[in-house]
Amino acid sequence: MEMPSPNPAILARKAELAARLSAVLPADALIQDEVETRAYECDALTAYRCPPLLVVLPRTTQQVSEVLRICHQEGVPVVPRGAGTSLAGGALPTADSVVLGVARMNAVLETDYDNRVIRVQTGRTNLSVSGAVEEEDFFYAPDPSSQLACAIAGNIAMNSGGAHCLKYGVTTNNLMAVTLVMMDGTVVEIGGAYLDAGGLDLLGVICGSEGQLGVVTEATLRILRKPEGARPILIGYDSNQVAGACVGDIIKAGVLPVAIEFMDRPCIEACEAFAKAGYPMCEALLIVEVEGSPDEIDHQLKLITEIARSHNPVELREARDAEEAGRIWLGRKSAFGAMGQINDYMCLDGTIPVTELPMVLRRIGEMSKQYGLDVANVFHAGDGNMHPLILFDANKPGDLELCEEFGAEILKLCVEVGGCLTGEHGVGVEKRDLMLHQYTPEDLEAQLKVKDVFDPQWLLNPAKVFPLKVTEARRVGGVAAQ
Amino acid sequence: MMTPETETELAETVAGAAAPLAVCGGGTRGCDVAGEALSTRALSGVELYESGALTLVARAGTPVCEIEALLAQSGQRLAFEPMDHRGVLATDGVPTIGGVFAANVSGPRRIQCGAARDFLLGVRFVDGTGQVVKNGGRVMKNVTGYDLVKLMAGAHGTLGVLSEVSFKVLPIPEAQATVRVADVDLALAVRVMSAALGSPYDVSGAGYDPDTRSAHIRVEGFAGSVGYRVDRLCAELARFGSAEQLDGSAELWRGIRDVAAFQGCEGDVWRISVKPSDAVALADQLQAEALQFDWGGGLVWALVANGTDLRARMTVPGHATLVRGSAETRLRLRQFQPQPAPLAAISEGLRAKFDPRGILNAGLMG
Repeated sequence: MEMPSPNPAILARKAELAARLSAVLPADALIQDEVETRAYECDALTAYRCPPLLVVLPRTTQQVSEVLRICHQEGVPVVPRGAGTSLAGGALPTADSVVLGVARMNAVLETDYDNRVIRVQTGRTNLSVSGAVEEEDFFYAPDPSSQLACAIAGNIAMNSGGAHCLKYGVTTNNLMAVTLVMMDGTVVEIGGAYLDAGGLDLLGVICGSEGQLGVVTEATLRILRKPEGARPILIGYDSNQVAGACVGDIIKAGVLPVAIEFMDRPCIEACEAFAKAGYPMCEALLIVEVEGSPDEIDHQLKLITEIARSHNPVELREARDAEEAGRIWLGRKSAFGAMGQINDYMCLDGTIPVTELPMVLRRIGEMSKQYGLDVANVFHAGDGNMHPLILFDANKPGDLELCEEFGAEILKLCVEVGGCLTGEHGVGVEKRDLMLHQYTPEDLEAQLKVKDVFDPQWLLNPAKVFPLKVTEARRVGGVAAQ
Repeated sequence: MMTPETETELAETVAGAAAPLAVCGGGTRGCDVAGEALSTRALSGVELYESGALTLVARAGTPVCEIEALLAQSGQRLAFEPMDHRGVLATDGVPTIGGVFAANVSGPRRIQCGAARDFLLGVRFVDGTGQVVKNGGRVMKNVTGYDLVKLMAGAHGTLGVLSEVSFKVLPIPEAQATVRVADVDLALAVRVMSAALGSPYDVSGAGYDPDTRSAHIRVEGFAGSVGYRVDRLCAELARFGSAEQLDGSAELWRGIRDVAAFQGCEGDVWRISVKPSDAVALADQLQAEALQFDWGGGLVWALVANGTDLRARMTVPGHATLVRGSAETRLRLRQFQPQPAPLAAISEGLRAKFDPRGILNAGLMG
């Protein structure tokens, strides 16, 4: 992975920079020891690592502002970091950067059930936001698989989704306001506990900007009352095509499940071996979950069952109680862990129009043979967000490169059929160089202009999202400006 | 009026413009500015509709009614329930889908399923230099690069002229029903609506009409489920006042959506977005001639004497938009609420980048 060469002038000033930062931070909030900064050398895309120059772990928005003001004055790149769970290398440092971690800012600031909002510091983990409102039977809807560990800061940076966004939307649809610290230290408030912030939709463009426009330290999130109940049904088919057709028919029939998850045979086998959820051995498995009152759940499941039966399933299993529901989800929820047990894997997240599912799965199968690398597919079928997991051996020379090449071909295919490179993980460094397959240079230029406005010196989260060549003039200009 | 028929023509028109342009779709939403009129109404037609994928792609000038008719054939709809401004503004013309998204127009269901911007998946637009740009796509989950789709939604054509939009649609539910809680004042109505919206019954509309002192709560879904939820809501809301089911409520919600109460009334019309629990304090501050409430109290429509500076009376957080007012009032008070300095600077910076000559609906948003 090509990264910009570190600026020697910054490396040489490490001690001065550390001194300036320590003056505005609590004693334990600055890490400069090389052994300790190594803990921040990568996120969940572990194939790429680079220890940063320094790490800061502020506790307040004011401290974040001071840190950014100093880095701005010194012309030092800053890499914002939530919980470091990015699969796309969104928090990969450069050697001349300061990693700004918000993990210590994890307080709930205000819970307001009357207006159905919660205000949190963004270092708080996704699941613990729901945890904070659980006793009143409320929840925060976006539920990325990493929700136990991932931080709201990262969710906002990547506009994270999850299994249930078919009904509830992704982060951007549940975000009402942010406190944003700009690269020059200015603190701005955007939006509020009311709907549709006035003026241009700045909140909309900040969400999903991968930490390149500012550091979000506080967020107001929409919370929802939990439905009375939810129940999944498991449907097995002997071909991916038929399962794909079943998904289309369910949606066309006007039933809107909260989740439609899809697993193919390699994934079913791995999950079964790992979690022993009792899955049937077949080519394709759908988990469809519906919500509502008991009668409403029955009614929706009846409709779904009728549709499923018309496609001749090899298995149809409705959960009769919470324990059976848990077993149906068990395998799916442990899919990534299961794959990790058998092999190293790379997880893609290209999205395609749902109607193209059967064709894309067939092409991935053909490419898998061609590259000699196995692929397991597990994904959110209702919204076309695929998660092909390509298995490779990190210890075998050349395997990672082959895997990346294969992955790139799958993502290009997603774009070709009318989809996109990434549905919920973000571009990061991982898919940066594929951006010109989805967008023209002019399309990208429009995005770069937004960055120019928020961060004219291009210091925030360098070398992510856009191909290095495309941003070179701006980055060099920015660093030279210090 | 210039009405380019292709995106290329639109791009040439903008690139060749020597003076400011007044960009519009069907011209029904009252965003008049000085300049030569440029409408996208001739850029019309649905390009792709996949009911199984819940997505539709259309040229910006496609009439909303055409899209709604096409969707209805497959039992689907624009779930964010865009308001029709023609009644309250006394405009004529044909609302376009591009106008809906450019103005981020949503209706009562916004509280349940999101605003127009939440349904917009992809855009093609022509920026102020005449450059064609695309962003987003036609899939429901897409985090590839910056989300300029959101930025364009609600920009009222000031950052670019939309040429094509792709958006998510949803099934029309089997049934709809409304619970009316009668004879409640505003303070109690806000509590009624808050209780309903905080219930597990998936409420898709919550409005209050001070003239009839009625709070209205809407639920939609499968018939059996709607019946059940209406019963539950009636039972749980009975502690606030007499709660009963209304028959035939489609007309009622169209009226709430389009602020029928203010149609044909003399005076300026303001639209204010606040925290629902601030609605009561706001109502006191505004001293309006008439008020209407939607979004559980979070959306306040105010009718005031011509030329009144409503924002000067408002101290709760939120923002107020002048929807109907004379040209003089709109110029003096501005249609959109001025932003705090740092946000205004960002917005100004974005306009300068996307429209360096300042020719797209100049001055409309700041």
